[in-house]
Amino acid sequence: MADVNRGNRPLSPHLQIYRKQLNSATSILNRITGVAMLGSAILIVWWLLAAATGQAYFELVDGLLTSILGDVIMTASVLGLWYHTLGGLRHLIWDTGRGLELDAADRMGWAMIFGAVVLTLLTILVV
Amino acid sequence: MKFATDRKRVVGLGSAGSGTGHFWTMTVTSVALLALTPIFVFTFGPLLGQPYEAVIVALGHPLRALIMALMIIVGLHHFRLGIQTVIEDYTGGLTRKASLIAFSIISYGLMATGLFAIAKLAF
Repeated sequence: MADVNRGNRPLSPHLQIYRKQLNSATSILNRITGVAMLGSAILIVWWLLAAATGQAYFELVDGLLTSILGDVIMTASVLGLWYHTLGGLRHLIWDTGRGLELDAADRMGWAMIFGAVVLTLLTILVV
Repeated sequence: MKFATDRKRVVGLGSAGSGTGHFWTMTVTSVALLALTPIFVFTFGPLLGQPYEAVIVALGHPLRALIMALMIIVGLHHFRLGIQTVIEDYTGGLTRKASLIAFSIISYGLMATGLFAIAKLAF
């Protein structure tokens, strides 16, 4: 352990020569949706702060978030949130040492994509 | 030539200096969010677009206030650690340090703002 090679280890594959596959796509999308959740969190905290401020300001912010553009952003947020939730669930499954075979990982990848869409439609129906 | 023994390397908790602390906190917060996320979505979602009075009454309820507060605390803690991984993957040197500090301010600032709003509505 003390003599471990610390300078000449293999590098990650370069993006330019890396063949795109479901695993890399679902992985980068998990990162993108995670980062994007900051935007959603800012909007929700803004809405809460508006509710705590007063009726006039609340109606302005609530109106913006339920406008057509607001609806699009909030729907995209829900889709991203469900996708990232399922992506996290896949990581938790992987952490137990299960589902690491290529076909199992691919199956979970498709399940994440379709699951996120189904959960988003369900959310729109209920909410 | 390395003079440090194997034990000495472990005692310092590895090159990150914190062992698996970051990984484990991400695991714990993600399990928590697995339960919190659906509860939050179906608590906050129906309130969006409701009249002001209805929202004030709804968020005055302790259970809803707790759900909102928990989602903001755990969610933004998870975000703060997640964005750290992203920053450490793509940046180095001063940019990395400045970005880590900036996103800590954003994460905890947003958390404090959200909790202030929830507290004001609840009391």
